[in-house]
Amino acid sequence: MPAPITPNDGPPRAPAAAAGPAVALHLLATMWRIRLFEEEVSRQQRAGLVRGLVHLSVGQEAVAAGVCPLLRAGDLVYTGHRGHGHAIAKGVPMDRLLAELMGRADGVCRGLGGSMHVVDVEHGLMGATGVVAGNLPLAVGSALAARLRGQDQVTAVFFGDGAVQAGYFHESVNLATLWRLPVVFVCENNGFAEFTPRSAHTVVERVSDVVAPYGLTRETVDGNDVLAVRDAASALAAAAGAGPALLECLTHRLRGHYEGDPQKYREAISQAEWQEKDPIAVLRRRGLASGWFTEEETLTAERTAAEAVAGAVRFASASAFPPADLMEQLVYAPAEAP
Amino acid sequence: MRELPYIAAIEEAIRQEMDRDESVLLFGQNIATTENDPFLAAFGHDRVRVTPISETAEIGMAVGAALAGYRPVVELYMAEFMLVAMDQIVNEAPRFRYMSGGQVKVPVVLKAGYGFTAGWAGQHTGSIYGMFMGVPGLKIALPATAADAKGLMATAIRDDNPVVFFHHYLLTLAPGEVPEGEYLVPFGQASIVRPGSDVTIVATGWMVGRAVAAAERLAGEGVSAEVIDPRTLAPLDTDTIIESVSRTGHLVLVDQATRHASASAVIAAEVADAGFGYLKAPIRQVTALDTPVPYSKPMEEYVLPDEDKIVDAVRRVLSPVSVT
Repeated sequence: MPAPITPNDGPPRAPAAAAGPAVALHLLATMWRIRLFEEEVSRQQRAGLVRGLVHLSVGQEAVAAGVCPLLRAGDLVYTGHRGHGHAIAKGVPMDRLLAELMGRADGVCRGLGGSMHVVDVEHGLMGATGVVAGNLPLAVGSALAARLRGQDQVTAVFFGDGAVQAGYFHESVNLATLWRLPVVFVCENNGFAEFTPRSAHTVVERVSDVVAPYGLTRETVDGNDVLAVRDAASALAAAAGAGPALLECLTHRLRGHYEGDPQKYREAISQAEWQEKDPIAVLRRRGLASGWFTEEETLTAERTAAEAVAGAVRFASASAFPPADLMEQLVYAPAEAP
Repeated sequence: MRELPYIAAIEEAIRQEMDRDESVLLFGQNIATTENDPFLAAFGHDRVRVTPISETAEIGMAVGAALAGYRPVVELYMAEFMLVAMDQIVNEAPRFRYMSGGQVKVPVVLKAGYGFTAGWAGQHTGSIYGMFMGVPGLKIALPATAADAKGLMATAIRDDNPVVFFHHYLLTLAPGEVPEGEYLVPFGQASIVRPGSDVTIVATGWMVGRAVAAAERLAGEGVSAEVIDPRTLAPLDTDTIIESVSRTGHLVLVDQATRHASASAVIAAEVADAGFGYLKAPIRQVTALDTPVPYSKPMEEYVLPDEDKIVDAVRRVLSPVSVT
């Protein structure tokens, strides 16, 4: 029997408008918010106010900023353990995100999830998983739901190059291509899976080559160039009605796998190389050269982001811890009364 | 009341729930192999989907669809196949609601058969429900009759939490009176299958029938045995069991699982905790030996509990010297 394919009869989405001054400044502001938020999280963790494991996305801001804002209001996102940037770019309020990282009752998950399990249904962030690649089939299920409803809804799922060797990845790509589901698989290929380089994990260098046999639409872009990410993501999301797609973003993780990682396994990036790769610097140079914004406007964007982060710190610090009885109430959803 | 085989009762529940609620979906490897399959014919290719041999993605996809508002039933055929996807079953599905601070729910039913002692050997015969007990957020149903099979499956589908539904393969064709139409058996309510006064025997699945047979034999020796079927292991109805022990003072637990992975070990601990004062003798467990299930028939019989072993355990519990 042939595999069932539920066709999407709706009109394809129009790709997002080409970037101009307004979009460029917005992207810069988004990346600054992510950058400064992550640096604040690092400080708060060293101060003991953010506990446990945090995995920061400094250096990878362009992927979050390039993909999330161009998704529509109804589109959904799944991310993983390195998900703060995706959350912020998707619209999760920074104050509630920081409160969550501090384990407070005003956190998006009321302090019960933490860094690796951020969910904000109101803003379309359906979840983050702490097990690498565990989010991939969830995204496939989400896309199936959209298809069953006949909705023009795309699910984007973020993961790293390390996830590609998990059985989960192949199973999920296989299922998504078999049923032609509207998932955009976004791979942040920073060349490291935790503490070891990609070459220690697989013979296939490019993630987009791994999925070639499935025939899904795929593209590899410079993940440090937010405009390149945005253009590619826009085209892939527009075509997602016809089936899944994979966007591989080549990027750089500036900090360790987790905060506190001594990083003995790699040389620190040189200042010169970081200047070339820093997504914020990349956009600044391009925007200034193109006349999209002025130096003053870039400084304003940075300052505004810093103020927002400071506000998040005040909000989160003032939030109480969740009450003990909250926990028992939330283990089970109330069973539907028969 | 009409009689239905156990397996047909389960299918009737799924069918009725799919009729009632369009959001109920059915996935499974080989779930519908021809166009004439009744579920496929009734509900179409969107709602009834054959999946590849990818338990992790199959179940993960169902969890994702549940998070997105659907109510998938996943047919897994063998309990052991669930082991392939333990991350989704233990680490994702039951924890998502809690970790999200209550924002989401995961109404998914994972259905699998177990315990078929017919030479299906070491990897297709296990009674592994113990692995899923003590997983907060996960519910476990374990019907021993056709009526309960229907009622528990219907309840499982309507429950807004992830449910693991284990059906015993030896009960597949066992007939029973099954109510027509809508029939729901609540979770967390044990059934007193056979009232008695001298000893409480708690058993699950196929073992319930063995316990009843043992009770009939013991009646001939003047022993009145009460047989209880918990029906769900999570939530677990310890109140009914403890109330029974308060009357009988003696407890024998029968479980096809291996000793430390059995529901009986959990129940024994609960009774020892909350019902110690009622006990007149130590609690006895009749479980499988701690081996993988062997292939050879006499060996298969040797390692698993049976009527003789249950009768023997009851005699020992009731004998005056059993306290030593």
